[in-house]
Amino acid sequence: MGLHHPTSPIIRLKCMELFHADPRDILMKRLKLPPWLVLLMPAIIILSAVVLIPLLLSLYSSFTSYRLTRPDSLFNWIGTFNYEKAVTDAKFWAAFGRTVLLLAVALNLEMLLGLSLALMISKVTRGQRALRTMMMFPMMFSPILVGFQFKFIFNDNVGLVNNALQSLGVTDTAIPWLVDGKLAMFSIIFAEVWTSTSVFGILILAGLYAIPRDPLEAAKVDGCTPFQSFRFVTLPFLMPFIYIAMAIRSLDVARAYDIVQIMTNGGPARRTELLWTLIGRTGYVDARMGYANAMGYVSIFLAIFFTIYFFKKLQSARKELGMGV
Amino acid sequence: MAQVHLRDVVKKYGTLEVVHSINLDIADGEFVVLVGPSGCGKSTTLRMVAGLEGISGGEVAIGDQVVNDLPPRERNISMVFQNYALYPHMTVRENLGFSLKIAKYSQPDIDKSVDEAAQILSLTPLLDRKPGALSGGQRQRVAMGRAIVRHPEVFLFDEPLSNLDAKLRTQMRVEIKKLHQKLKSTIIYVTHDQVEAMTLADRIVIMRDGHIEQVGTPLEVFENPVNTFVGTFIGSPPMNLLDGVIKDDAITFQDGSSLPIPPGYDLQEGQAVTFGVRADNIMPVGHALPSGDHMAEVEMTVDLTEPLGTETLLFAALAGTEVQAKMLNPRPVQSGERMIFQVMLDKCHLFDAETGATLRK
Ligand SMILES: Nc1ncnc2c1ncn2[C@@H]1O[C@H](COP(=O)(O)OP(=O)(O)O)[C@@H](O)[C@H]1O
Ligand SMILES: [Mg+2]
Repeated sequence: MGLHHPTSPIIRLKCMELFHADPRDILMKRLKLPPWLVLLMPAIIILSAVVLIPLLLSLYSSFTSYRLTRPDSLFNWIGTFNYEKAVTDAKFWAAFGRTVLLLAVALNLEMLLGLSLALMISKVTRGQRALRTMMMFPMMFSPILVGFQFKFIFNDNVGLVNNALQSLGVTDTAIPWLVDGKLAMFSIIFAEVWTSTSVFGILILAGLYAIPRDPLEAAKVDGCTPFQSFRFVTLPFLMPFIYIAMAIRSLDVARAYDIVQIMTNGGPARRTELLWTLIGRTGYVDARMGYANAMGYVSIFLAIFFTIYFFKKLQSARKELGMGV
Repeated sequence: MAQVHLRDVVKKYGTLEVVHSINLDIADGEFVVLVGPSGCGKSTTLRMVAGLEGISGGEVAIGDQVVNDLPPRERNISMVFQNYALYPHMTVRENLGFSLKIAKYSQPDIDKSVDEAAQILSLTPLLDRKPGALSGGQRQRVAMGRAIVRHPEVFLFDEPLSNLDAKLRTQMRVEIKKLHQKLKSTIIYVTHDQVEAMTLADRIVIMRDGHIEQVGTPLEVFENPVNTFVGTFIGSPPMNLLDGVIKDDAITFQDGSSLPIPPGYDLQEGQAVTFGVRADNIMPVGHALPSGDHMAEVEMTVDLTEPLGTETLLFAALAGTEVQAKMLNPRPVQSGERMIFQVMLDKCHLFDAETGATLRK
């Protein structure tokens, strides 16, 4: 008790004198706000500043012809024109479809690979910690750098892949990994899977650690082969973890931007254009921010849809295991 | 159906040996209980029979087949686990039928077996519930049902009742016994509770620190314990033990008091012994069982009483050591009261003071 605490009663009193009134007095007595509202005020203020106001502003701007280069156009109300344009725009739907494709392919691949990785790591008896850390490595790099890395690896002239294929004699032509539309999509999926498989890996590993040993032993005694034990006991236990990973990653992929931007910039000829590269281009390159915001709002439904979908799945998987909701 | 043989079975975890070369022959249809204090290697032994633990040395045979290298699914056994180990994502019906489904039985056959098992264990109204919606006793019955649907050659139980409350435990004990009488299959049952062991077993195997101390019927191990450990472990309250020396054909205790030597012992003058007497064999005169051939009387001061209704446990000091005695047809006893007790020497035991082994011829 020897220390003199900075907010000791004496100092507080002095402060009160200085400011004459407690802010609580102003809010509660003069404005007659109920106490619960006063208590929630800090949260409300922070949320409005960080989330609500930008959200409302962008929503509002999607109903205007707002161009970044002409700030006064922010006040040019054009109703739902931007939305009508977006939903009738073939380019928008192509990007939408491609995003869904990327999401479906990448998530499933990541799930399978992450599951295999986790299963293998859980079987290792020595050096499991080291392996676990190594599995996380890809997540430690910035997606921009990963994009650059794979841009180099898949480069048709100097890239590692073509070099390797050519020296192994598999092919003698330079395969246009990032130039051909289909191959470019493949390369992007490859990079995406490389960076994020560990999300599934680590969550599924956590799931594997959480599985009680007893039912697995009961399954052995009940006559299960190792594969049957996995199929009928381990997998149902892992499903909640898999769905959590899916929910996280579906949000991630639905807003995919950086890797694609670096590797192909949506090209060639928009063959790898995803929702957010399209939106980014529309907003910042073409400067049509109102239209970009409208497309953004439509796209957000995609993310919301997948989140709700996987959380539903998660809930039913948990219920299945008797874990309640 | 199947005998089980353990020959010089050893279990090591790394360099730590937890089961030391045990031998045990279990007859077909026999109910054998492995009993011993926690950590003595009962579960490990059972799990080696089940195939859930590797066998570090020796041989386990089920029927005529050595099963050391067979996985559990090829041993034709089923097991009931302490924590039930039900599949939480399956209904009771699916839990019961799971092993049959894995064995590729047809659905009508599975349903028939499941219904039959559910009938035996009165689980029929619960068939569509998940384990999460069952009480402890019900889960226990599902675990047992899961074991019986397959008609295995050997049942293995690992402390199946230890998570139930006392009343349910007694009830389930009876059910298990009935089940054994109905199914007539070989059962190996693990428990740390000597009452369970005594009530259920055809033969009891008492284990300590990875060794088998004694094998015998419940009455054999109760009446003729091979050492002080078995004497104190089996029976409640535990056998009273007093250290003494043989002097002038009597057991002389530290305080100089003495008791005659029970019949059936061949002892040397000056030999250090441990005298063992159960509470049932030291009773106040007038509140005792009809006397046997060899009796002795001692006077003790009662320190404490524990009335149990039909009998009262008396705590008193005999030759400076606290002993428990039993009083039949009890009357109220004041602490500090001096009473004459009769000791039934025929039922008393003498053990080697050093090793604890019985000195009976
Ligand atoms: N996986 C293990 N690794 C090392 N020691 C173990 C392992 N499992 C059990 N033990 C040891 O083996 C001994 C016997 O255990 P257990 O068979 O479970 O005893 P209990 O008789 O209580 O069932 C205990 O001392 C325990 O600590
Ligand atoms: Mg145990």
